[in-house]
Amino acid sequence: MKIRYFAWMKRTVGVAEEEVTPPDGTDTVGDLVVWLRSRSPGHAEALAEGAAFGAAVDQRTATFDVKLAGAREVAFFPPFTGG
Amino acid sequence: MTVRVQEADFDVGAELARLTDGNKRIGGLAVFVGLVREMHVREGYHRDRIDALTLEHYPGMTETALQDIEAEANRRWPLEATLIVHRYGRMEPGERIVLVAVGSPHREAAFEACEFLVDWLKTKAPFWKLEDTPKGEQWVGAHEEDDAAAARWEKT
Repeated sequence: MKIRYFAWMKRTVGVAEEEVTPPDGTDTVGDLVVWLRSRSPGHAEALAEGAAFGAAVDQRTATFDVKLAGAREVAFFPPFTGG
Repeated sequence: MTVRVQEADFDVGAELARLTDGNKRIGGLAVFVGLVREMHVREGYHRDRIDALTLEHYPGMTETALQDIEAEANRRWPLEATLIVHRYGRMEPGERIVLVAVGSPHREAAFEACEFLVDWLKTKAPFWKLEDTPKGEQWVGAHEEDDAAAARWEKT
C-alpha cells in the first residue's frame, strides 16, 4: 500500500510517500503506525506516541481503530490549519 | 454546489455574479473572504511578522472533504447556492486565501450556513499552513478556538 505524509511529518519522515508491505497481523491504522515507527528514526519521531497527528484511509479521515482491509492509500498528517 | 481548490487568485465579484446568475429565488448572499494576515498572534501576546504563507493540501481528499462539508450545509439549511474556493501554494499578506459564499431565500440561513462552512473547513479539510517569518519557517499549529468553533455545529 502507499503511505503518504503531509506538512511537518513529511519533513520528519524524510519522504512524501512510500510503498510498503506491512507484515501479516497489521489489521488497523493503529497497527500500521506501530509497524511504521520501526522503519527509521524519522518515522519513529513523526509517528511517536503522543504526537498530534491524524490519518486517512483512501482519502477519508480515519481513527486508529479503522481496519486496513483492502486499503490502497493511507495518509498521516498534523491537525488541519486551513481557512 | 461548487467546490474549487486552485493555486490562482479569484475575483470575488465575478464569482458571486456567476453564483447567483439566473437564480431569482436567492434573497440573500452571505460571503466570507479569508486573507493572509501580516502578523501571527501566538500564545495570546507574542506576535511574529509573516513574510509569506504556503498552503499545502492533500489533492483528492481536499475536494472530497469540502464537498462533504458543503453537502452537510445543504442538508441543514434551505440553500439555493453554495461556493467554496480555497487556494494553495505561496501567498503574501493581503492576498485572498479562501472564498465561501452562500445564497438562500432568507438571510438567516445564509449567515448561519456561511459561518458553519468556514468553521468546518478550518478543522475538517486537509490544508496546512507554513509561515515564512524573519526567524525562519514555521508550521502553524491547530487552534483550540477553531476546534471549539467547529464543535458548536456538532449535532447532539
